[in-house]
Amino acid sequence: MTNSAPSPLSVSDLTVAYHRKPVVWDIGFDIPQGSLVGIVGPNGAGKSTLLKAVMDLIPRASGRIEVFGLPWKQARHRVGYVPQRESVDWDFPVDALDVVTMGLYRELGWFRPVRRRHRDRAMEALDRVGIADLAGRQISQLSGGQQQRTFLARALVQDADLYLMDEPFAAVDASTERAIVEILRELQRTGRTAAVIHHDLQTVPEYFDYVVLLNMRIVAHGPVAEAFTTENLQKTYGGRLTLLDEVSEAMRRRERSM
Amino acid sequence: MIQLLAMPGLRLLPADWDWGLDGQIVLAGVLCAVAASLLGNFLVLRRLSMLGDAISHAVLPGLAAAFFLSNSRDSLPMLVGAVIAGVVTALLTEWIRSLGRVEEGASMGVVFTSLFALGLVMIVQAADEVDLHPDCVLYGALENMTMTSVAGFSIPTPVITLGTVLLINLLFVILFFKELKVTSFDPSLATTTGFNASFMHYLLMVLVAVTAVASFETVGNILVVAMFVVPPAAAWLLTDRLWLMILLSAVLAAASAFGGHVAALEVPKWFGYGSTTTTGMMAVVAGLILFLAALFSPSHGILIRLIRRRMLAFSILADDIVALLYRIQERNHETSATFQNLQTILLSDRLSLKCVLYLLIRREQVVPDGQEFRLTDSGTSSAQQLVRSHRLWEQYLASHTAVQPGSLHDKAEKFEHFTTRELRKQLSDATNSPDVDPHGREIPGESVEQDSQTP
Repeated sequence: MTNSAPSPLSVSDLTVAYHRKPVVWDIGFDIPQGSLVGIVGPNGAGKSTLLKAVMDLIPRASGRIEVFGLPWKQARHRVGYVPQRESVDWDFPVDALDVVTMGLYRELGWFRPVRRRHRDRAMEALDRVGIADLAGRQISQLSGGQQQRTFLARALVQDADLYLMDEPFAAVDASTERAIVEILRELQRTGRTAAVIHHDLQTVPEYFDYVVLLNMRIVAHGPVAEAFTTENLQKTYGGRLTLLDEVSEAMRRRERSM
Repeated sequence: MIQLLAMPGLRLLPADWDWGLDGQIVLAGVLCAVAASLLGNFLVLRRLSMLGDAISHAVLPGLAAAFFLSNSRDSLPMLVGAVIAGVVTALLTEWIRSLGRVEEGASMGVVFTSLFALGLVMIVQAADEVDLHPDCVLYGALENMTMTSVAGFSIPTPVITLGTVLLINLLFVILFFKELKVTSFDPSLATTTGFNASFMHYLLMVLVAVTAVASFETVGNILVVAMFVVPPAAAWLLTDRLWLMILLSAVLAAASAFGGHVAALEVPKWFGYGSTTTTGMMAVVAGLILFLAALFSPSHGILIRLIRRRMLAFSILADDIVALLYRIQERNHETSATFQNLQTILLSDRLSLKCVLYLLIRREQVVPDGQEFRLTDSGTSSAQQLVRSHRLWEQYLASHTAVQPGSLHDKAEKFEHFTTRELRKQLSDATNSPDVDPHGREIPGESVEQDSQTP
């Protein structure tokens, strides 16, 4: 790179395999500082896997990941994560405020209890996403949109420089979608970077300025105007890489017959 | 308090209750139950209830190995052996699961049954040399506790051990409350924010193993497994707050221990037998508490759900009566609004219909008029809103969806009960404020007064 400032997220040669079967394969991209990045691809393209591998939550077969030019462990305090809704245990006995306060635990460190000023900050974040009045609700009593806002508020209190969001727009109402976009824009204005897994192709050019097209491997990445083309989309959505599937299947079969 | 409980008139306690002996048993039971349930909260919340079961069984070979190696029943080698066995169980379970094709429950089942069996074989072998009995491992021996003398007082040894374990568990839960909460709720957030979720996991497992061992000789395997899981599960049914859940689980655990001992003394007498084992009864009482919690929980209870369903059915029936009376008036009383007719048309049972009509008359929405029923002004107004909702829905469904014309009515009939003024406005806007529904009937206007109908 010619830039002096390191990219918020730089991935090279990343491969993640599950039982020898690659889920994402030879991924490499850098995202520019201060951009809103849409990560787009069909079901099973490995979008969530990519984010989880970046955060060291699942083992990778190969690859290097740098966050602001540093390895993950040294830079993770600068990253905020919004998980996929399906991965959350909604019956857990916590209310919205508790969930948001968890975003401050890193700052608190081991053993230190949560104090009033932390709760106040969490409350502010809930207010920012427009659900301060629901702070005391157990999380399963919130609507889908409100649940998503809660997790967004949690990411906000983390005050991170890079946000990784796994489908924040999935199953939310129109007003929540607008609220999320509003917050993404505000994050961008204050110099933050966000990488967002996104499903709705129609809104990509409107919401994002940079796009990563993914289907097991990177099909294209770049500014939306350049990379988000019909041709690239066709390549992304035009079926899986069948030959890659076939060779990995052959590898498995060979191993079994040994 | 103590005098009150022992007063002969009250008979809360069995007649031959002896605070010296029975008090000791209850104390040991309570200490064990509370110590186990404190940790159990996090097992239940992590959906790892089985792991508590697994570890408390699997520490057995660790204990047996400690006997063989140290040739004594000292606490320290036993503790070390148990902790190692406990951690090995957790690791093996994780490893077998990661092999694939074995789900977590099955891999736990494989690990703990094998280890438990191994432990039993070793203990049977050792039984000639060491004074440990397999029976004692299963049921404990609360009734015959060894005594230690501390500062001139003779205190049962298990009370000291279990008291220490309870203290450790209590400190663990208080000091690591935040860490336990975040690693249980969201391991990925915990890990990405620097709280190592697997470290907390294994720390929890070590304490589970320690608690299991400390409980072994007194209360045995059965009770400790029950106490890890049952009081927390009951407490979870009763509250949505984590700290309250932990507190409640401790209270319920203590109550099961106390109630268990009383029941062990009393219940067999009803059937003409002598008293039975306290530990078994403690587990039974805990199960009973869980059952009661499931029945009467204020938010998730079976009873409250039944009541809510009944209330909803009544409120829908009330809506239906009012709307039917309105339609009868609209068609100039082609049908007479008698009780019999209402019942036939609404397919309602007599009792519900009577109740709801009584309610409507008290609310001054309906008045009886000879054999028939008539809407009051306020009744007419709320009926208009219902019918308006119904016909707007029909119009909306007919123009915006591909619902079959024949089933328009059924759909609208369902939605009308849950349609607020706000929603009606949106429906009306979406269908260009129609005057008639798809069947050509007039859609009544929006009422002017405050909308009283809530979903």
